[in-house]
Amino acid sequence: MPAGLNRALLTVAGAVVAIVLAIAICSVAINVAGGDPLTALTALFDFGETPRAQANSIATFLNRAVPLFIAGLAVAVGFRMNLFNIGVEGQYRIAAICAAYVGSTFTAPAWIQIPVIIVVAALVGGLYALIPAVMKVTRGVNEVIATIMLNYIAINLAAFLVRGPFAGQRAKGELTVTTPQLPDSAMFPDLNFLFEGFGMLPPTRGGGLWGFLVVAILLGVVIWVVLERTRFGFNVKASGLNGPAALASGVNPKTMVISAMVLSGAIAGLIGLPEILGDRGAYNSNFTAGLGFLGIAVALLGRNKPVGIAIAALLFAFLDRAQGALQFADIPPSVITIIQGAIVLLVVVANEVTNRFALRLEERRAAQQLGRNTPVEVTA
Amino acid sequence: MSADTLATVKPAVELEGITKRFPGVVANHDIRITVQPGTVHAIVGENGAGKSTLMKILYGMQKPDEGTIRVNGAEVSFRTPSDAIAVGIGMVHQHFMLADNFTVLENIVLGAEPKRAGVLDTGKARRRIVELAETHGLRVDPDKLVEDLGVGDRQRVEILKVLYRGARILILDEPTAVLVPQEVEELFQNLRELKAEGLTVIFISHKLDEVLDIADAITVIRRGTTVASVDPSEVTARQLAELMVGSELPTPETRESTVTDTVTLKVSELTMPGEGERLLLDDVSFEIHQGEILGIAGVEGNGQSELIEAIMGIRPAQGRIELTGQDITTWSTLKRRESGIGYIPEDRHRQGLLLEASLWENRVLGHQTRKPARSGIWIDRRASKADTERIVRDYDVRTPSVDTLALALSGGNQQKLIVGREMSGEPAFLIAAHPTRGVDVGAQAAIWDHLRNARAAGLAVLLISADLDELIGLSDTIQVIYRGRLVAALDPSDITPERLGGYMTGAIAGTEET
Repeated sequence: MPAGLNRALLTVAGAVVAIVLAIAICSVAINVAGGDPLTALTALFDFGETPRAQANSIATFLNRAVPLFIAGLAVAVGFRMNLFNIGVEGQYRIAAICAAYVGSTFTAPAWIQIPVIIVVAALVGGLYALIPAVMKVTRGVNEVIATIMLNYIAINLAAFLVRGPFAGQRAKGELTVTTPQLPDSAMFPDLNFLFEGFGMLPPTRGGGLWGFLVVAILLGVVIWVVLERTRFGFNVKASGLNGPAALASGVNPKTMVISAMVLSGAIAGLIGLPEILGDRGAYNSNFTAGLGFLGIAVALLGRNKPVGIAIAALLFAFLDRAQGALQFADIPPSVITIIQGAIVLLVVVANEVTNRFALRLEERRAAQQLGRNTPVEVTA
Repeated sequence: MSADTLATVKPAVELEGITKRFPGVVANHDIRITVQPGTVHAIVGENGAGKSTLMKILYGMQKPDEGTIRVNGAEVSFRTPSDAIAVGIGMVHQHFMLADNFTVLENIVLGAEPKRAGVLDTGKARRRIVELAETHGLRVDPDKLVEDLGVGDRQRVEILKVLYRGARILILDEPTAVLVPQEVEELFQNLRELKAEGLTVIFISHKLDEVLDIADAITVIRRGTTVASVDPSEVTARQLAELMVGSELPTPETRESTVTDTVTLKVSELTMPGEGERLLLDDVSFEIHQGEILGIAGVEGNGQSELIEAIMGIRPAQGRIELTGQDITTWSTLKRRESGIGYIPEDRHRQGLLLEASLWENRVLGHQTRKPARSGIWIDRRASKADTERIVRDYDVRTPSVDTLALALSGGNQQKLIVGREMSGEPAFLIAAHPTRGVDVGAQAAIWDHLRNARAAGLAVLLISADLDELIGLSDTIQVIYRGRLVAALDPSDITPERLGGYMTGAIAGTEET
């Protein structure tokens, strides 16, 4: 469909311009910090000297992208209907610790063990997101404030649980606290064979390439289908585009808030699993934090569409991975954070600009086409 | 006055060859208008003819691509409305721009406050306003809150606001659209006084009787260009209308009655509490039969929106609503729609359309749970698109394709799509709120035809409209709503817009006529 293609091309063009601008801004920042922008740029693409180091870099890059992608999806489901679920951060942490603990309490074959852990995580995340949803529909509490507050509760609750009720064995002298180790059957098979398929050495660091990548891709496809092809997805879209019209069409806004929020929370629940099932085998105090907040940026960058979110997650992961390389090049790694921030800001602006431009273009195309097709009435 | 002095009187406003293009359309093309000072000059044209664009150009809100504007003989170029105000042009907008919680005085001086030592000089402002009001016969109490004023008073405040800023040329954009006939007469009295004071009034309207009543000169705009300048004493309303449309005018008249004995919708004792003491809906009861159009007349804000939303189940209300014999009072909006209520909302952009979605997605809206849009948990895209094609064909929606975004269509085409959608799925009862508001004459006639045909096929219609001709022409029965109550039931065959206006403002006490 040419009209849709046009819009997509415009979006991509806007994003590319924004990224180029962001790099330009950061070049200035690097210059000011006393570094050389060109060195920094080369460092971004420096995946290491040895084949082993390269394989590890690629695995790190993809492993970082997977949770970012899931976080972006979780946020996007809410964003689609103007529901700002800022609580993804809390939802995934509480879900991760509960799933890690439940998974450690029994041992079953992998095809039971892993799905049970995934379901528990989704369930806990969804239930935790249900709290702000219920508060919103019954008492009109703004979900932004409620979810931010619930984040604090979740983060501190998780810190308590990992020390107290859910604490596992700790070796003498070890500083990190952790939940009990998961049985081997809970560990997700890695995808290192892919590297061999490309004639590369398999990665060794951090559990190799996490198998949860497959789950993330599947999840992306399922979310796309749900949002773009089902009645539920239509109602989400209608509520987001025009709330009063959706209401007049018979969509119940309360049901929509609850279901979208719970779906968002359930997806958020899965964010921590790639790391737990792929590498650590437990929830410990070194568990990666901040993915929920990054998910907001990723969703914004990806325009709330699964494909866009995937690209945004890869971009963010690519930049995150370069932090080490930048340090070797004597450039402050915080430059990466500046680039990420600049990209998000500029892309949001670019999205708005291209969106308006695309809509105007559409109006003009329609006017032109109609001008051609309808005969001009001859008036006296 | 000799012929010599007459020739030296410069026109108040002279527009020459004004052209304004928007992407894909020419809004104004080679407009030529000469307005003599001390006259009321009417500019008429149907919706979408380009009147508003022209006035925005004259008031400095938009720049023309070509052409010149001369005010009192001097060529001017406006970048902002303040430039226009500086040369003495003032604009009274169709939608009032007043702060409700401010007094009349505060509203008038807002943005042009007289100050003494940095403090608002109320005394000076009051003297000036009282003086202006007296010389122009615009009676208002400067200390009243605007929220307590009626529509006619608010309009006077708007006019005073413009005069206060020293305007000698007033643009009035559709000033009578919000007034009932009695208020229109008062406004005209004010305009005549302004004229007598030597002020120039540019009066934009599409209500021809009024134009013929007040104007000293008339310019007709059609399809963005000036097609005629006529003397009101030499034309009839009919001739003017034909100049405006370029062809015969449609009329909303319905032919023979198709009302049956079967009650489709029965509303009993519907009551909706408001914020204060006053009820938004007060004991509203009526019946609509198969094949009947019930018109609700009323000044906007007297409970029409609340009535619609109560029937649609969007806002809770006490009372009882029955559809084809079933009590639907406790049903959700969705269930009401599924059981055969169609709804043409009063504000199509706010409640009727997803502007940034395609036409076929807009066809699905409100029909998510029904064929052809529904297929289990899925939206049946192919069937939805096919059915949208049908609406585009049958309702003459002018669009490049069904994948076009709704915002790319003109108001009339958007409305035809909505009418087509709401008539889909064989509804038993249709709410038509302002079904032809803001659409061009062609689409208006088409929508009236569709309503009449559906009525003949047994549809019960609740028609709410501010266009009294439309109400009288289409309705089988008219009920007047005033402050949330149905105050009179009238027979459209022997009522004039003036009498109807009397009931709508409460000037004539409610008596059951029929």
